[in-house]
Amino acid sequence: MKMRASRLATTGLCALLVALNLGTAWAGEVQVAVAANFTAPIQAIAKDFEQDTGHKLVSSFGATGQFYTQIKNGAPFEVFLAADDTTPAKLEAEGDTVKGSRFTYAIGTLALWSAKEGYVDAKGQVLKDNQYQHLAIANPKAAPYGLAATQVLDKLKLTEATKAKLVEGQNITQTFQFASTGNAELGFVALSQIYKDGKVTSGSAWIVPAELHDPIKQDAVILDKGKDNPAAKALVDYLKGPKATAIIKSYGYEL
Amino acid sequence: MPLSDPDLSAIWLTFKLASLTTLILLLVGTPIAWWLARTRSRLRGPIGAVVALPLVLPPTVIGFYLLLTLGPHGFIGQATQALGLGTVVFSFSGLVIGSVIYSMPFVVQPLQNAFAAIGNRPLEVAATLRASPWDSFFSVVLPQARPGFITASILGFAHTVGEFGVVLMIGGNIPDKTRVVSVQIYDHVEAMEYMQAHWLAGAMLVFSFLVLLALYSNRQGKPGWS
Amino acid sequence: MTIEARLQLDYPAFSLAVDLQLPGRGVSALFGPSGSGKTSCLRCLAGLEKAGNAYIEVNGEVWQDSSRKLFVAPHKRPIGYVFQEASLFEHLSVRGNLEFGWRRIPRNQRKVRLDQACELLGIGHLLDRQPLNLSGGERQRVGIARALLTSPQLLLLDEPLAALDSQRKSEILPYLERLHDELEIPLVYISHSQDEVARLADYLVLIEQGRVKASGLIGETLARLDLPLALGDDAGVIVEGRVCSFDPTYQLLGLKLPDSQLQVRVAHAQMAIGSRLRFKIQARDVSLSLSADSQSSILNRLPVRVTGQRLADNSAHVLVSLDADGTPMLARITRYSCDQLGVHPGQALWAQIKSVAVLA
Repeated sequence: MKMRASRLATTGLCALLVALNLGTAWAGEVQVAVAANFTAPIQAIAKDFEQDTGHKLVSSFGATGQFYTQIKNGAPFEVFLAADDTTPAKLEAEGDTVKGSRFTYAIGTLALWSAKEGYVDAKGQVLKDNQYQHLAIANPKAAPYGLAATQVLDKLKLTEATKAKLVEGQNITQTFQFASTGNAELGFVALSQIYKDGKVTSGSAWIVPAELHDPIKQDAVILDKGKDNPAAKALVDYLKGPKATAIIKSYGYEL
Repeated sequence: MPLSDPDLSAIWLTFKLASLTTLILLLVGTPIAWWLARTRSRLRGPIGAVVALPLVLPPTVIGFYLLLTLGPHGFIGQATQALGLGTVVFSFSGLVIGSVIYSMPFVVQPLQNAFAAIGNRPLEVAATLRASPWDSFFSVVLPQARPGFITASILGFAHTVGEFGVVLMIGGNIPDKTRVVSVQIYDHVEAMEYMQAHWLAGAMLVFSFLVLLALYSNRQGKPGWS
Repeated sequence: MTIEARLQLDYPAFSLAVDLQLPGRGVSALFGPSGSGKTSCLRCLAGLEKAGNAYIEVNGEVWQDSSRKLFVAPHKRPIGYVFQEASLFEHLSVRGNLEFGWRRIPRNQRKVRLDQACELLGIGHLLDRQPLNLSGGERQRVGIARALLTSPQLLLLDEPLAALDSQRKSEILPYLERLHDELEIPLVYISHSQDEVARLADYLVLIEQGRVKASGLIGETLARLDLPLALGDDAGVIVEGRVCSFDPTYQLLGLKLPDSQLQVRVAHAQMAIGSRLRFKIQARDVSLSLSADSQSSILNRLPVRVTGQRLADNSAHVLVSLDADGTPMLARITRYSCDQLGVHPGQALWAQIKSVAVLA
């Protein structure tokens, strides 16, 4: 009796596990690692994507470098929307992606921004006037927007003059916090952070001309874990489509 | 040399920050712990809870609110500006303030326990032997609470060395001013410079281990310390 | 010098209201059950506790007068205090403990030297030890010496023996008796042990539930029939006699009662003529007779006058209070004998004392 009861329980448990597993592996779900600066657009896109395709999008937000480490160590992500183009390329070279799936889903725009109205002029003269205390940039070693910011300062020959005033955020989100709390009067932020429906939402900004820095290409790639998941392919295709591109552009990205 | 100059300066900065923070915390934390250990005031609960809050709050949350309050629009920031000091965010003093708040419970609680364990009796004895309250504090309480002070110093120092979230939020990663070891390691990892990260993390571990080892062995070696 | 203390202290479950007038010399014992408020009295005298309504004057100096909001902090009162547990400073050696208070009084007020205190309490060999390595009795002796070394004008002892077992007690009692005999400062001693009080106290204050039930010289107070002290099995009186003779053949010491020519004889080793000796006469060891019947083994017979009588705690016995030429005594006899003798106040009788217990 005892034996049969426990066998019954085991069978039941197995059935339950299989059912749960089927639930999560249900044909329409995709796990995506998303660069933090793309949080708002992907949420907007996800709504349409789920409606249009019936697939479900499960997003994790974070820093690109962290995602790289996690992916190399077996994280369950199927699609990776990075904040740069080098990290996906590196993963591709190391054989962790589906060959040929890499593409640029957005090109970031850099903005010099202040939380104060009228503080930043339309030409960025405020940088040269050098009247501010702190200029926030993202860590150039880790964040593409930070690298672009240092390129801009180089081009404008302001590297030396600003050296003592730079404060670094570990990522573009933190850089934005430094500027938005007023602790840094100026910050090189992602336009997507201060832009909605074709205009700057608060404070004052100078949209940095693209020729002052290398393009901030944000690449996406299907990872090894997603190679057999039709939903992963569907998401990548959807991102290339007109509906998604329109949303991406409305957040201040180029394409 | 596996450690670069920026690494070494981060180590030196961390050491300076942890030492200064520990010193300030001993000065500030002692009266707070004394009061908490002995008062019968109704404020004891609330104040004790406030001191313990950093135990609960994630460091980045503390850092974020420090960024707000110490910043130009925050009330502390407005006060420091009114005093002509400017704001302390993105400076070494800012880190010290942040670390003092962040590591406060790690210093106050061992001291409070030590004071509570001493109790009232030795103070009464001292009073009947003509010692004034201040005299009693220095000649009776301090020596009897020595294990508590050692624990408090170790914890305060170690916790400040390991601090990351608060520094990240209010530091601004400025070399020689706010770029401490933990941030430098994080930088290395973010930049995928794993080798440097390993070396620095290793150096930090060895250093911390040696400090703790020295203090703990010293502590056991002497009778009457615990 | 006298000690005057009027104290009123109110706690939710306990109130203390006492008016103490203690003599300025010898040992005054505050005696009573635990929880009666003895320790609170002592703590108020020391200033460790602040009675809401109090007047304390010692040796002409006012230490507290709540009507004037005057309160002298404990560290400014010239007292020595011995706690129930020795409460030595664990971080200091015995010497460090002894010198703690000694260092803190002005040089010209140091009347007790370290070696004197050590000699008095027999702790000279312990100076370099740590308190943790001392026995309970040794710790308490160090505690007493430490208090003495502040050259106090008043020594307060809060049941210094209570935490010790009987062996340690008997180890310390002789030292306390030496304090009593050799120090010129008054001691206030708290105890709930009749034995200690009998051996040490000159003046007795009986405290119950925060009130003074009785106070007076110990011989008189113990003989009072209106106090519960006299009713117990252990009832008796304390007498301090002076040695007036010694019989080497029978090893008998003759002791004169205070201010009287009456004598008792006790078996005891020789002592110098004139020295004081304290002894106890239990009520149950005293029998009464109408004549000076010398045909018995009883050694001591004293002419006494009956001052009062009262039923003991069982109805078979009667306690009779007696006056032996100024020295109060008690006799515990059966009610039957009492009626046979027709005991009444003023009656002259002979007290036959079966045994006398020498206390010191």
